[in-house]
Amino acid sequence: GLLLGAATLKNTLLEKDAGDSVEDELELSAVRHRPEGLEQLEAQTRFSRKELQILYRGFKNECPSGVVNEETFKDIYSQFFPQGDASTYAHFLFNAFDTDHNGSVSFEDFVMGLSILLRGTIQEKLNWAFNLYDINKDGYITKEEMLDIMKAIYDMMGKCTYPVLKEETPRQHVEVFFQKMDKNKDGVVTIDEFIDCCQNDENIMRSMHLFENVL
Amino acid sequence: MAAGVAAWLPFARAAAIGWMPVANLPMPVAPTEKNKRQDELIILNVSGRRFETWRNTLDRYPDTLLGSSEKEFFYNEETKEYFFDRDPDVFRSILNFYRTGKLHYPRYECISSYEEELAFFGIIPEIIGDCCYEEYKDRKRENAERLMDDQEDNKDAKLPNMTFRETMWRAFENPHTSTMALVFYYVTGFFIAVSVITNVVETVPCGSSPNQKEVPCGERYTVAFFCMDTACVMIFTVEYLMRLFAAPSRYRFMRSVMSIIDVVAILPYYIGLVMTDNEDVSGAFVTLRVFRVFRIFKFSRHSQGLRILGYTLKSCASELGFLLFSLTMAIIIFATVMFYAEKGSSSSKFTSIPASFWYTIVTMTTLGYGDMVPKTIAGKIFGSICSLSGVLVIALPVPVIVSNFSRIYHQNQRADKRRAQKVQKARLARIRITKTEGSNAFLHSKRNGLFNEALEFTNSTEEEQRLSKSTSLLESQHHHLLHCLEKTTNHEFVDEQYYQQSYLEAGLQNYPSRSPSLSSQDGVTGTCCSRRSKKHHTPLPNASAPAHMQPLTHTHTHQQGLQELSTIHIQTLNILPAMMLKFCNQFSSQITTAIISIPTPPVTTPEGDAHLPAAPTHQNVVKVSAL
Repeated sequence: GLLLGAATLKNTLLEKDAGDSVEDELELSAVRHRPEGLEQLEAQTRFSRKELQILYRGFKNECPSGVVNEETFKDIYSQFFPQGDASTYAHFLFNAFDTDHNGSVSFEDFVMGLSILLRGTIQEKLNWAFNLYDINKDGYITKEEMLDIMKAIYDMMGKCTYPVLKEETPRQHVEVFFQKMDKNKDGVVTIDEFIDCCQNDENIMRSMHLFENVL
Repeated sequence: MAAGVAAWLPFARAAAIGWMPVANLPMPVAPTEKNKRQDELIILNVSGRRFETWRNTLDRYPDTLLGSSEKEFFYNEETKEYFFDRDPDVFRSILNFYRTGKLHYPRYECISSYEEELAFFGIIPEIIGDCCYEEYKDRKRENAERLMDDQEDNKDAKLPNMTFRETMWRAFENPHTSTMALVFYYVTGFFIAVSVITNVVETVPCGSSPNQKEVPCGERYTVAFFCMDTACVMIFTVEYLMRLFAAPSRYRFMRSVMSIIDVVAILPYYIGLVMTDNEDVSGAFVTLRVFRVFRIFKFSRHSQGLRILGYTLKSCASELGFLLFSLTMAIIIFATVMFYAEKGSSSSKFTSIPASFWYTIVTMTTLGYGDMVPKTIAGKIFGSICSLSGVLVIALPVPVIVSNFSRIYHQNQRADKRRAQKVQKARLARIRITKTEGSNAFLHSKRNGLFNEALEFTNSTEEEQRLSKSTSLLESQHHHLLHCLEKTTNHEFVDEQYYQQSYLEAGLQNYPSRSPSLSSQDGVTGTCCSRRSKKHHTPLPNASAPAHMQPLTHTHTHQQGLQELSTIHIQTLNILPAMMLKFCNQFSSQITTAIISIPTPPVTTPEGDAHLPAAPTHQNVVKVSAL
């Protein structure tokens, strides 16, 4: 009994030490993150040097440590939508930007995402959107995933809307979406169905060019 | 929108691409940046010390001096910099406000110089961050008091041409102003003392002849005491009536605490005069005489300390309440325990729980009269626990009250504290308003925006420029983002009141007929404005209404008016901007209603509409930038 107790004690102490050191490491790495050089980013993205400078200044101002964690991300995004609750959609956005899934968005992730969204080809943009909707990243958009996304978007509207938001509005919207996109009616939308259908839709094509002059 | 977050607006707009495949409606046109400048450094020369910052940093707050075109007045052509002849140390905090979005108050600065600088640069002090706000408020209050003290010393100089009434009031309030007032002050003080002493001595037994039993002096020398009482009451009555006459606001005077004390002090005498020597009522009459003791409170006019004590008790109401509550809880608990503990023993004094209350109170306050003592062992144990806990429960809130009293006594700021509370409420209200203005700014500009698109097609560029000047590029981009969200979900943002209205109406009626009468046009502008213009400057149909609003006659048409607007909304949602022109040119009175109610200078003049001349030019109010 005594031996067992001593052994467990030693184990917990060791774990704590290991835990502490891991935490220390994490903290150090969080504090000290620096992005890759300007030349590398210039090569990897479609932004010019000046644009990267402007982007980084804004980024660093809001996140002095060099990375954004999900909480900060949600905070920042929610400030643009004061009337509703933008946290769910921000969560999905965060996952879409955090391409290496390490729980934080560094400046490289940020700028890569922006490069696709602002300067990418239609194909790349649609790819990105598909990635956003596909929550579990399995290559298929199911109705449940789409419903989650739709609810998140409608949450951003908040309560005070005209006409008054009803419970089944997101669901109806999802139905319309699936009717349009799901060609073989198998209940899921694949990447090819998605891209095909979007390229045939004039509205969507036009809106993809909407934000080209941002920045 | 906070300053730093404005840098993330491009990101938010780019992320909006995620909504595009989901939307079923076409998206609105993005605002174009007319003269897009590359971000440049500007130099601010403040009394020789040069500060440099990006132009975009200053543009974050367009309603301040540095953020607006007002700074062009200070531009120096030769040196290509902006020169301000102000304090460079304070300017540091001001520039940091633009950089970080938070305004700090440096402790070493004088409060009035800081406020002057803030006023010069067009920044309201209310947005000082929470970290420095307490300090700022304290210093400001101290300064205000010091000024007031200085003023009061000068105030005693007699102003010419004061009416007799005003002189008298001043004499009552400040006895030091004239000798007459001083005499009056001391005389009333003397009579209060006499009256109180009389009341006390009345009850002392005056030993008379040994065969009679002891009678109190009051009954022995009835006439003498009655004469004293009468004299005092007459003086008090005269004093009260004179104060009532001299008071600038009689109603307020009658409501004040001191006057109520005066009335309560003299009333028993008059009631006693009126009542006969009836045996039944004399009992009640005796009770009334107790109120004569309130005369002692009249001393509080004479004693500053007494007033402060009263104020302390009032301001510590919450601590006192807590003390009372915790004591009550403890008393009930211990009384119950003692009762059940002592139930077993014979000839116990603890006959019921309320009877045990007395024991508990006496023990907890460590008085220990000894008229009730527990006899059983359990009772003794619980009794000792009771007395120990009593010390704790009472000792806890008392230091708070004591410290409160000393603080107030030293600072002596009754009225200022009350004023400070109001200012705090005003500050929070103001900050809340600027925050909600963020969301309401969008609704406001939406009306502008609807009109903006129509204007683009009519090619009236000056109107356009006037409109676009009122919202900065950042704001218009933010509004475009929100507009895209509306289109994606096919729902619109509305403000709280409109939402309540439409929520009710959705249950009440369907969409009404299409021909509104002229009266309902008035109703649209009249009642909505009178309801909302006091809240924000962005009501739904807003203050372009004629000044003669008649809410009475138009409340019944109010709902109908709103419904019409709602039908307009539904129409415009599904109609491309080009179509709006077509509607504008139609002689449809319904749409002309919309044109009138949009708060911008109307371009298409609805033909022969009597209300148009009445709609004055509405200035776009300069908004405090949303934080």
